[in-house]
Amino acid sequence: MNEIIELLNYSFFQNAMGAAILASISCGIIGTYIVARRIVFISGGITHASFGGIGIAWFLGLNPILGATVFGVLSALGIECISKKTDVRQDSVIGILWALGMALGIIFIYLTPGYAPNLLSYLFGSILTVSSLDLYLLSALCVLTILIFAFMMRPILYMAFDEDYAQTHDTPVQFLNYLMIALVALAIVLNIRVVGIILVISFLTIPQTIANMFTQDFSKMIFGAIGFGILGSLFGLFMAYKLNVPSGATIIFSFVILFIIAKLIQLSLLKLKRKAS
Amino acid sequence: MTKLLELKSLYAGYDDKVILRNVDLIVNKNDFLGIIGPNGGGKTTLLKVILGLIKPFKGSIKFNNADDNLIGYLPQINTIDHKFPIPVREVVLSGLMSHKKLFGRYRNEDKEKAKGLMDQMGVLHLRDKNIGELSGGQLQRVFLCRAIISDPQILILDEPNTYVDNNFEAELYTILNQLNDHMAIIIVSHDIGTICSHVKSIACVNETLCYHDSNIINEDQLKTYNCPIDLITHGDLPHRVLKKH
Repeated sequence: MNEIIELLNYSFFQNAMGAAILASISCGIIGTYIVARRIVFISGGITHASFGGIGIAWFLGLNPILGATVFGVLSALGIECISKKTDVRQDSVIGILWALGMALGIIFIYLTPGYAPNLLSYLFGSILTVSSLDLYLLSALCVLTILIFAFMMRPILYMAFDEDYAQTHDTPVQFLNYLMIALVALAIVLNIRVVGIILVISFLTIPQTIANMFTQDFSKMIFGAIGFGILGSLFGLFMAYKLNVPSGATIIFSFVILFIIAKLIQLSLLKLKRKAS
Repeated sequence: MTKLLELKSLYAGYDDKVILRNVDLIVNKNDFLGIIGPNGGGKTTLLKVILGLIKPFKGSIKFNNADDNLIGYLPQINTIDHKFPIPVREVVLSGLMSHKKLFGRYRNEDKEKAKGLMDQMGVLHLRDKNIGELSGGQLQRVFLCRAIISDPQILILDEPNTYVDNNFEAELYTILNQLNDHMAIIIVSHDIGTICSHVKSIACVNETLCYHDSNIINEDQLKTYNCPIDLITHGDLPHRVLKKH
């Protein structure tokens, strides 16, 4: 216990905790949309496509997260546009962009002279070294996401549920689709610093899936996902410190443990219910 | 009679494929129109044109009243994601979407109206349940609530009698007959046996549209339809005996 209190005094650990909480909030909200709408695969595609942006920015000597943002948002809008406007199948488009992004990233990082020591931190995240700029960006993302959902939750929910119906009711379906997919891309890219490209998708799906076990109400699922996200990521953060292993991986690992515990609780609740009736 | 909707020499389809050719149709107030036709004949395309989901290639579609809540729509329930995390009360309220601005909120009277309607349809006790927990018949009732909560002038139903038990089907037509007093109804079905005993007029869609101003099926119509009819006559279930032919 003393060890934990001592740890809390370090500013790097305070930053890491702040990043974990901010990531849980933005991912909790946007991930609920992703899970409900079954666009996990699209999100995976955007994540990996953004690696191309990291590589190019690296080569040009720019901030890699800036490159990832431009690349991630453009490929998200590209997937949405190509699959709506042409007859190419959506999952094929995603597969192409997924691989293209990774390939570009590798080529440009290879072309960049010198050793790339921070490369691993983009693949697996490094929450213990987040800067205050990262925290500002994550806070801005949270505010933007909360504002969008506070004011437009219902149109977004109805569109996600039944797009044709929403369109017959004059909902600006196309605008909302582009807005949401861009928001998904932003959430992915900014959270890459926290858990990395390979693991960010779990931040957007595991807490939501756990919440979905206990509620089937979209708005309650959002709060549940945020709660489970904070719980799992803080636990993972302490584990990482204690075991001296990469934090991104321990966070995901504690999510999965939470998932298994939740599943067991859900099953025993079901059993009790069956007995009672 | 007040004209609500008029389609004039309309062509529509997808990409470069024409599915509907030279379709003329007028829907008046208090009409109860059954649209029948073989699969792939263009029933769904016709609905999509009327709903504004696709634009016609040629010809015109005209609504005589530029009111917002002109159309209520009940989609085929197998096109809905049954595991989507949305409670019944939200599905019903979503029928009032067009009355709201993008940032709009629901007033108490909207919620009361939704409650009253759910009560009337016998689904009020399900209002907090997720749609995935409902049976086919219950789901249809919920979607019917959504379709009529905005008091539309035209109610469009796409295959409302699939995935439901026969009891609900009988009840559905009773409800529709009541609704027909203050709204026009368009119902699409491949099951002409039951649909024809309730509608006032029939349109056969098979690339073109043939309009019949009665609900009696004759040999000519069957030629357009080009498909066997199933005839059910059993107890209280909706049934009709066709004219000899």
